[in-house]
Amino acid sequence: MSGAARQRHGRGLGRRFRRLLRRPAALAGLLILLFWAVMAIGWPLVTPYDPTDFSLIAKLSPPGAHHWLGTDDFGRDVLSRVVAGSRSVLLVATSAALLGVVAGTTIGLMAAYYRGWADELLMRAMDIMMAFPLIVIALLVIAVLGSSNLNVIVVVALAFAPYNARVTRAAVLAERDKDFIAAARLRGEGGPYIMLVEILPNIVDTIVVELTVRLALAIFTVATLSFLGMGIQPPTPDWGLMIAEGRQFYRIAPWIVLCPALAIASLVIAINLFAEGFKR
Amino acid sequence: MPRAAPSWETTSLAVARFILQRLLVTVVMLWLVSLAVFLVVEALPGDISRLMLGQFATKHDMALVHAQLGLDRPFIVRYLDWVGSFVTGQWGDSWRLHVPLAPLVLSRLGNSAVLAGLTLLAAVPVAILAGVLAAVKRDGIFDRLILIIGMCGMAVPEFVSSMFLILGFSLWLGILPASSRVSEGESFLLHPDRLVLPAAALGLVLFGYISRMVRASMVEELRRGYVRTARLKGLGPAAVVLNHVLRNALLPTITVIANQTSWLLGGLVVVENVFNFPGLGQLLLQAALSQDVPMLETTVLILAVCLMLANLLADILYGILNPRVRFSRRASAA
Repeated sequence: MSGAARQRHGRGLGRRFRRLLRRPAALAGLLILLFWAVMAIGWPLVTPYDPTDFSLIAKLSPPGAHHWLGTDDFGRDVLSRVVAGSRSVLLVATSAALLGVVAGTTIGLMAAYYRGWADELLMRAMDIMMAFPLIVIALLVIAVLGSSNLNVIVVVALAFAPYNARVTRAAVLAERDKDFIAAARLRGEGGPYIMLVEILPNIVDTIVVELTVRLALAIFTVATLSFLGMGIQPPTPDWGLMIAEGRQFYRIAPWIVLCPALAIASLVIAINLFAEGFKR
Repeated sequence: MPRAAPSWETTSLAVARFILQRLLVTVVMLWLVSLAVFLVVEALPGDISRLMLGQFATKHDMALVHAQLGLDRPFIVRYLDWVGSFVTGQWGDSWRLHVPLAPLVLSRLGNSAVLAGLTLLAAVPVAILAGVLAAVKRDGIFDRLILIIGMCGMAVPEFVSSMFLILGFSLWLGILPASSRVSEGESFLLHPDRLVLPAAALGLVLFGYISRMVRASMVEELRRGYVRTARLKGLGPAAVVLNHVLRNALLPTITVIANQTSWLLGGLVVVENVFNFPGLGQLLLQAALSQDVPMLETTVLILAVCLMLANLLADILYGILNPRVRFSRRASAA
């Protein structure tokens, strides 16, 4: 593809990003997201306690001078666990969203480029997958495979792929009959080259928007699976797990569930604000 | 192109044809889903007899179970046997609870249906009303408020909003129970208060989607020429919205509500587990956590049947209400 066309699309993404910075809601979303991303990487530097350290004398102590957000039933510091808990969910959800978008984009590209029976077959298969609740698919597969971070990533990615494939397919269909594709065909370029070099750079915009939307849903799904006991496993500090474990103490120690619940809410709302601002 | 108005008979014939076609699609989809479920459970790495006996099973025991379950038969025979017994209602026993599955699953299904039905009854009208008001008073404070509530409802996972509801209404206000547990066979009609919080948590998600969709299609319809015509012929704003705009705007909403059945079922699994609600979703998670294969397969298939029936119903409603679908069927059939 010509350099000019690539530049045009590079600018398209850049323009989206600059426009996003001018929207207060989207900017706030981006900042909260960055905050959690920084925490996910650097929490060992800022947490006052080791998030997995038991302290049986400080069991279920309310928020105070020693433990700003209180402790849980094992005396673990809730603040440290909430800050450290950002890592597992962000890591697993980001991997799942990335893998899902890669798989979906590949399927969508091939379906739209080759059309015919392959397109028909792929898209019908995707329809059936989409008809089913994500959480039910995940529960079924993880029950059989066993729960590990890798299994969660693969299952969520596979369940996301159809949605992404459909969006990519529509974007590719809009491109595939343009003159520069016909020109590439006349030059004698093969299918994979045309898909990757000629079409893909032109739909980067769509794919990045998809990625932000998928990331929001991946965080939603991974947190839910952890809460249900089918995702991230103890003793890893994780928000969904913290709520599942602290739930029985909500009457005597509501801070154990309230803090991770607020953390999840802030993260998912932030990424939705960001995705929303980016889409426009 | 001018066309003679279709007679009542051709129309009803077209509707019947349309319904039959959707029914066929539903049956094929269900067959494919059953195949997928069977494939996942049977073909994924891991031995079914090991799932049944646990990780300390001896080779001898596993071989016995293999023979008992008929696992040495060919795949296609096992599949047909499995589907056949599901269709004829012989769902077998749970591996872990050691009770027959049929009465258990059906009573749980009833409870879930009560919860889902109540949620739909409460959330759909409220969401439609909110969407209409937001569209009419576009960019006002109410519009913003609906947008924010809707976004939070869609973005925040159900188990998180459930926890907020429990902390707010059960712990701090102390007016609603945090657990929806009832003894086996007891009706929820005796404890309506135990349905409120789970229904609210589920309804929040639906509210977000439906109000947003209604608002979008209302805004689109309000821009059309016929709205101006209706205003110019002297109709009041309320009459225009109720009699003309809403009718057109609700059509796409029906599809959205149908598509939300899938979300509703997913949410049901989560919310039932937060509130200890004795429904199908709780049974599904219990089966998944304890690797109770027959219970897992049965609950997933029952959920699939409900989902497909809901989609079928929505398709039919859409076909009946939308003249374009009705007549294009007729035109293509002719």
